Amino acid sequence: MTEEEVRSAVVKIIEDVAPDEDLSEIDDNKALRDQIELDSMDFLDIVMELRKRYSVEVPEAEYPELNSLASCVTYLTPKLKDK
Amino acid sequence: MSGIAAGIRLAMFDKKVCILESHYVIGGLNSFYNMKARKFDVGLHAVTNYVPRGTKGAPLTKLFRQLRIPYEDFKLKPQNYSEVVFPNKRITFTNDPKHLEESIAKEFPHQIDQYIKLIEFILSYDNLTLDKVETQTAREFLNEVFTDQTLIEMILCPLTYYGSAIENDMELGQFVTMYKSILLEGFARPDEGVRQILKVLKKKYKEVGGELKLRNGVTKLIRKNELITEIHTEKEEILTADLIISSAGYLNTLNLIDGYEPQTPQKFTGMMSFMESISCLSKPQTDFNYDASITFFNTRENYLYEDAKDFIDPCSGVICSPGNYQLDKPIDEPVIRITNIANFKLWEDLKTNDIDKYYHQKEDSYQRSLKEVFKFKDDFTSAVTFTDIFTPHTIKRYTGHINGAVYGSPVKTKTGKTPFDNLVICGTDQGFLGIIGAILSGISISNLYGLVK
Ligand SMILES: Cc1cc2nc3c(=O)[nH]c(=O)nc-3n(C[C@H](O)[C@H](O)[C@H](O)COP(=O)(O)OP(=O)(O)OC[C@H]3O[C@@H](n4cnc5c(N)ncnc54)[C@H](O)[C@@H]3O)c2cc1C
Repeated sequence: MTEEEVRSAVVKIIEDVAPDEDLSEIDDNKALRDQIELDSMDFLDIVMELRKRYSVEVPEAEYPELNSLASCVTYLTPKLKDK
Repeated sequence: MSGIAAGIRLAMFDKKVCILESHYVIGGLNSFYNMKARKFDVGLHAVTNYVPRGTKGAPLTKLFRQLRIPYEDFKLKPQNYSEVVFPNKRITFTNDPKHLEESIAKEFPHQIDQYIKLIEFILSYDNLTLDKVETQTAREFLNEVFTDQTLIEMILCPLTYYGSAIENDMELGQFVTMYKSILLEGFARPDEGVRQILKVLKKKYKEVGGELKLRNGVTKLIRKNELITEIHTEKEEILTADLIISSAGYLNTLNLIDGYEPQTPQKFTGMMSFMESISCLSKPQTDFNYDASITFFNTRENYLYEDAKDFIDPCSGVICSPGNYQLDKPIDEPVIRITNIANFKLWEDLKTNDIDKYYHQKEDSYQRSLKEVFKFKDDFTSAVTFTDIFTPHTIKRYTGHINGAVYGSPVKTKTGKTPFDNLVICGTDQGFLGIIGAILSGISISNLYGLVK
């Protein structure tokens, strides 16, 4: 996956986890939590979907890497490069 | 309810899940049954925590998100209004907290500033930390806030009835949770009652690949050191599992473990049980001026929420009119449900020793219950076409709850942990009560032990 593909994969997951949130105006560099309503339960779901869809494991200690869309892309691209 | 929610969460993320249920229908304390061609709900007066679609951060919103169920599927219809009726005092509330504030300002003008402080406290209270321990009970806390005992009791009345496992009081954290869910958020009802909710949950569970075995309760758990290694069922199956989540109650669950003696069982034995009568009417309940969705009442000078000395305590209770919600179409048959505190032991002994007397006592207690209600409400007996009554014995029989205790153990196990590594509990004894509470409990426990760990 390219960085662009990783970004859309993450956006797709957030859309499924939080269908009532509007993602059209998300700033990639700002924390997701500050822009849309996402609590720790929702972050868990994002992690679970990454595992389910792409077999990517995100250990609990690394959840902060998913803070913003940009950090998600940086963190996940190496893990998803062969997918 | 909590069990199926836990099952949905785990199966959704490809865990192999099997639910074992003793009964032949799902739902537990909030199930349904048919009698004489009528459909009845066991519980369901009101779904608490009602908020409109899209309300940010609300428990109901989280619930739908976590279960990936569309908000519309529960078909929730908001209440008209509800009331708390005491001798010479009446407060009303709707799903708009301003209404209650105005009602309190009118009935208790000298306490309104304190009331506003109470709301500030409730809104700022953190009830997400599972291992938080409070030193004060709700009543001790309220005694510091208000000087008027009647107001304190009028606030405690609906909250204890809808969720206290202890007598005449409640745990402070529980009080805050219940306050938010009933008096700040509010009540609703699915058009078709609890069946609607159960139908949606069951469908979702099947869709995500969960397995459901009905009439196949757990009879025995086998342990090896700190692990449960085998699950034995009524149909003589033996299952194994990495994780066992039990919604059968803390003590009930430990009692299933072969050769294990739970410590201090009295501590985990609840006793608050209820009798409920369902009166079907030939005319709308509103013809008799039953306009509220729910009425919580007390006819004594002081409100008592304690085990009944007699078969029932008719002097306090809950009246529910399922037709008084903003339903799309009027309810098929008008119904009034009345709940009173009831003494488990008296009912259980009578049922065991003299079945005829048991049935007579049901009728007697029903008449006593009505007589008390008719002291402050109109008499509707002329319109009654059919009645069904259930007692603490019925509750025990169909749900397994020790002592028919609807709200389970007086001591809650918020972390869900048991002395066994792969056995946790969810639901009533974890401390989340009511339908929405139970579902949220199932979600949080399965997240914590099934997904994160
Ligand atoms: C009369 C009444 C009215 C109520 N009204 C309302 C209301 O209006 N609004 C509201 O929000 N809440 C209401 N409640 C409370 C609500 O029903 C409960 O809080 C909620 O259903 C509890 O869910 P639970 O999952 O914790 O447990 P339960 O409902 O007790 O479920 C436990 C399940 O475990 C099963 N079980 C037990 N032992 C075993 C075993 N060994 N093997 C397999 N299965 C077993 C039982 O059959 C049951 O299905 C009411 C309850 C009653 C009794």
